[in-house]
Amino acid sequence: MFNIKEDRSKFPTMKDDGTLDFDLDSQKYVKIWQGPNHPGVTGNMALELTVSGDEVIKSKTHVGYLYRAFEKLMERRKFIQCFPICIRMCVPEPDINEYLLAASVEELGGIEVPEMAEWLRTLVLEMARVTILLRGVPGQGGTMSLGMGVQWGVYIRDLMLDRFEELTGGRVYHMYIAPGGVRGLLPSGFKERMEEVLKKIDEFVVDIDNLMFSNAVFKKRTKGVGVIEKDWIDKYSVVGPNARAAGIMRDVRKDYPYLKYDKLDFEPHTEKDSDIYARSRVRWHDLQASVDLIRQIMAKMPEKGEIRAKTPNVLHWKIPKGETYKRIESSRGEYGFYMVTDGTEYPRRINLRGPSYNSAMVLLEKILVNANISDVSSLMVSLATCPPEIER
Amino acid sequence: MNEILEKIKSKYEITDVLQKRDDLLFFSIGKKLLVDILNYLKELEGFTHLIMLSSVDWLEENKFQLTYILNHPVNKYDIAIRVDIDRDNPVMDSIHHLWIHAQTDQREIKELFGIDFPGSPGVNDDFVLEDWDDIPPMRRDFDTLKYATDNFFPREGRKSYDTKEYMKSKLYPDQG
Repeated sequence: MFNIKEDRSKFPTMKDDGTLDFDLDSQKYVKIWQGPNHPGVTGNMALELTVSGDEVIKSKTHVGYLYRAFEKLMERRKFIQCFPICIRMCVPEPDINEYLLAASVEELGGIEVPEMAEWLRTLVLEMARVTILLRGVPGQGGTMSLGMGVQWGVYIRDLMLDRFEELTGGRVYHMYIAPGGVRGLLPSGFKERMEEVLKKIDEFVVDIDNLMFSNAVFKKRTKGVGVIEKDWIDKYSVVGPNARAAGIMRDVRKDYPYLKYDKLDFEPHTEKDSDIYARSRVRWHDLQASVDLIRQIMAKMPEKGEIRAKTPNVLHWKIPKGETYKRIESSRGEYGFYMVTDGTEYPRRINLRGPSYNSAMVLLEKILVNANISDVSSLMVSLATCPPEIER
Repeated sequence: MNEILEKIKSKYEITDVLQKRDDLLFFSIGKKLLVDILNYLKELEGFTHLIMLSSVDWLEENKFQLTYILNHPVNKYDIAIRVDIDRDNPVMDSIHHLWIHAQTDQREIKELFGIDFPGSPGVNDDFVLEDWDDIPPMRRDFDTLKYATDNFFPREGRKSYDTKEYMKSKLYPDQG
């Protein structure tokens, strides 16, 4: 990886307190900013990089460009009014927020969800995972000017959004999961049309394998770069695909089965190398696993059934005092809601914790040290950072 | 997982125990014992994963509640520890030496709730706000409407309606 015998005289020394001793006026070091422009796959976030030659010696993450105080807004709204706000906390994958808010409200309000609704929720969550991975997997190539895969992915993602549109009425924000269940049954002929899209994704997966994972340039630029050591997993609370790429099995769907995942047959993929290549590979396998899961769900789910439990009038629904923590496996790892209620019609506090909160702040600052400046965006995308979930 | 609860009860004085789910336990502990119990749970009981550090403002009771949610990755078990802090003197011990990423949580809570964590790296840096000169915005007594009307002016050509009256006039025009 790094050749420790090379001449380090041009790099700064470390002070006793662990900070670097460098003088920006010495003209040996330059401070440059990456961001806060929207780079395309992630959101607006700025990295303040101090570089020596083409090597990063220090990085600091700055957030705040997307802060819209969603958590504060939700404290001033009734539970049903929180849904249009919570989905905006992670734009490319809104359904996980809908589910978590509905599940927290149901747990604290004592509502049992009908079985058919649980199957439909599982289906929508897997469709959402496919939608974000169709952009996220080729997006890793996009950071190395391999833009072709991204364009293929965007096309197939659009077909998936068509399925979302016919099921829920919305393309980006779906508002399909509601307290007590879901808003509708599958339209007639949905399964056949979905199967057509899934077949296209099967072809896409092979194309991506040829385009990215068999590509010599991609391999050279990703293998051995941005390694997350195994002992960092607990130290930095790394979750989901980033932990699985280091060989540590972390998947909420397996560890804490929710909805119908205990009735489905799947095995999350793990890798050993823990570099950018391994993380991309894990996501590529996740995409295939999700496609398989959608097929299983559509085969196993009942044709008809009750889809929504009876709830009190949502405009005057007082939820008893209590608190809970609910979690879900997003495409980036464990994603949770901590909700506190105080017996009124409004939540006292809703706090979201997404995987980017740790990976984009302390972990990214750590692995960017000694990275080449051209690898910065690849490293950022390989951790799948999503700034809206840092600043809610 | 009653064994872990018994172990904790034998070592520490805990109150308000709530077994929320089979895999989620809530309890409260005194402010001074917090770092000690987190250290014990992390080093000896295997709760190596800090999920989140959250804060709740109980304005009526004049206190802040901090909630530390820990996870045992092997036994698949969560513990949420509540700590109450006096609202007039909001200071808490930092835990960045146990989990390095806790410094981000502490920096955010310092900015949005005004709870100080002395010694936590970068705790005084701006997190999401820039040049903020009011009381911390996530506190319950922060008046969002007053702040907006004081700092921003209404855009020309925009009307605002009283929601209840407007809906009534639109939905039931006959009733006046």
